[in-house]
Amino acid sequence: MSGIPHDHYEPKTGAEKWLHSRLPIVGLVYDTIMIPTPKNLNWWWIWGIVLAFCLALQIVTGIVLVMHYTPHVDLAFASVEHIMRNVNGGFMIRYLHANGASLFFVAVYIHIFRGLFYGSYKAPREITWIVGMLIFLLMMGTGFMGYVLPWGQMSFWGATVITGLFGAIPFIGEPIQTWLLGGPAVGNATLNRFFSLHYLLPFVIAGLVIVHIWAFHTTGNNNPTGVEVRRGSKAEAEKDTLPFWPYFVIKDFLGLAIVLVIFWAIVGFMPNYLGHPDNYIEANPLVTPAHIVPEWYFLPFYAILRAFTSEVWVVQIASFVTGGIVDAKFFGVLAMFGAIAVMALAPWLDTSRVRSGKYRPQFKWWFLLLIIDFFALMWLGAMPAEEPYASFSLIGSAYWFGYFLVILPLLGVIEKPEATPATIEEDFNAHYGKKSEATPAE
Amino acid sequence: MFKKLVTGAALALALVPAAAFAAGGEAHVEDFAFSFEGPFGSYDQNQLQRGLQIYTEVCAACHGLKQVPIRTLSDEGGVGLPEDQVRAYAANFEVFDAELDDFRPATPTDHFPENNGVGAPDLSLMAKARAGFHGPYGLGTNQLFKGMGGAEYIASLLDGYTGETKEEAGTTFYENHAFPGGWISMAPPLSDEQVEFADGHANDVHHMAQDVAAFLMWTAEPKMMARKQAGFVGVLFLTVLSVLLYLTNKRIWAPHKGKKTA
Repeated sequence: MSGIPHDHYEPKTGAEKWLHSRLPIVGLVYDTIMIPTPKNLNWWWIWGIVLAFCLALQIVTGIVLVMHYTPHVDLAFASVEHIMRNVNGGFMIRYLHANGASLFFVAVYIHIFRGLFYGSYKAPREITWIVGMLIFLLMMGTGFMGYVLPWGQMSFWGATVITGLFGAIPFIGEPIQTWLLGGPAVGNATLNRFFSLHYLLPFVIAGLVIVHIWAFHTTGNNNPTGVEVRRGSKAEAEKDTLPFWPYFVIKDFLGLAIVLVIFWAIVGFMPNYLGHPDNYIEANPLVTPAHIVPEWYFLPFYAILRAFTSEVWVVQIASFVTGGIVDAKFFGVLAMFGAIAVMALAPWLDTSRVRSGKYRPQFKWWFLLLIIDFFALMWLGAMPAEEPYASFSLIGSAYWFGYFLVILPLLGVIEKPEATPATIEEDFNAHYGKKSEATPAE
Repeated sequence: MFKKLVTGAALALALVPAAAFAAGGEAHVEDFAFSFEGPFGSYDQNQLQRGLQIYTEVCAACHGLKQVPIRTLSDEGGVGLPEDQVRAYAANFEVFDAELDDFRPATPTDHFPENNGVGAPDLSLMAKARAGFHGPYGLGTNQLFKGMGGAEYIASLLDGYTGETKEEAGTTFYENHAFPGGWISMAPPLSDEQVEFADGHANDVHHMAQDVAAFLMWTAEPKMMARKQAGFVGVLFLTVLSVLLYLTNKRIWAPHKGKKTA
């Protein structure tokens, strides 16, 4: 499977040979968990395992919640309270599920930014990157629909605002919105279809996760140096790599365990910190909350959505050129999805020959600014749509697009990258002790 | 790199309270010290029972608790009434029974009744549906240190009437420091010595406001004690697991890192 030379599973006994010639499943599992992995991976590489754990956690807790939840506008809110009060351990299951979504997004954002810094998106890992972006989009859809299910005030009004975005599409927007909602407004039909899709999408994500892993097991992992594993011979490859089991499994599990200590403390001691109090008020179509705020993990993109008002000249030009078809609302929607699209296009926008940001002196600073920009947008997304937040949001959005569309293409041309280590082994030994003894024994 | 991060985090932690103070002057929610705050906090059973009495004698006239099963009054880690008292208490309420097609006295398995009489909101989840502390600047760091402040909000509201009133479109509004906008249509519900406690506990508005707020925190989060317990057990086990994995990880990597084996 992998292009990196390594030992493969050899069936020994008759029974093993019998099975292997019919279904090489043991060999598949063996090759997957014994995959040669660059031995210099740092702690930013643990988040893949955290994400896999999150998906499993959400599916398991979710399936249990479904056993007690009722997707009906008159019963949903009370059924959640039933879970919280009457179901054995229900309060833990629900809080794990609700906060599990937050952990999922914490992990995915770190995972994405790790990829952006170390150039994991670059050739030959574009497919891994694109599949990852699809997973991210599905996660956002799943998270959004999941937040609607408790049928609180934020559920209802969040659903109203977000589905309203589709109404901004010119000409066909309104029919599409009605089709999505199953009626003229958010109602029982909406709740039911969101419930159905919220149950379905995690399994689609699970399928894409397999494709994601398959893709990077084919190309091999990236690593902090961005230098490829030597593939000339098995002996050479073994100088750069160690098998995934046990070295990285144990390391990743250690990272996961520490993350879970914090996660469990949040669930046990402050489970509502990341939620919104308004969602403990049952949905009421007649009362609009003072501030409709999405969950924290949508805030950066929500800020981009709101940044492009009709006073912004780009919007005015777009509106003029298209004869009013692209108005401010539609422009905002395009910008929000565009913000993810430009990120997905990073493999083709980044022109630098050097993969890892470690060896790119200018890139480092632009990247740091991107991280700051991300957090600033997250904060701005929670602020009311008024000055000075609107102007800041616009600047933040401009930088987000500027980073991908201008800085990444230009830097590759103007930046002088530093020398990268010749091999992963060299980088690893530079970090760890005595050189001769540090080489793997086998 | 790690050192830098730790220094940065320590600095951030040192600065946060300063920022929190700087942002004072939002809602006038007093930071009451409730017994259930923090990871070690637990409900004060006596306070919850006083709160139940205040709710029953005062609030229940207009507000329901429809999400709360009456039987949970006997649950451990909560109000903790004996079961016979819960049965007697339940009989105070009339509920509509669809099978009988008539009203009957409530039993412990019924919920507290709804009360839509004057359009007063249901109080079951009020303590979680309000946040006493925000910011500063929408960053939520206040809540990190003081909790969400729902109970503080309720106590501040009940204790926050100034005595001023105004008439608008035929409705009387009462000035209240804790209420957003400053004017609330609910008349001051509590007055000093309105409720007599069997144990002679202080019954001025300031104390009663806290008692009933604590009770409403319990109605909103009846499993808080069990949750914190699960939190402790989980954090403890995961910490031990982390240590074991740390040692394992160190050991298996040692031959490859050119360091002594553990």
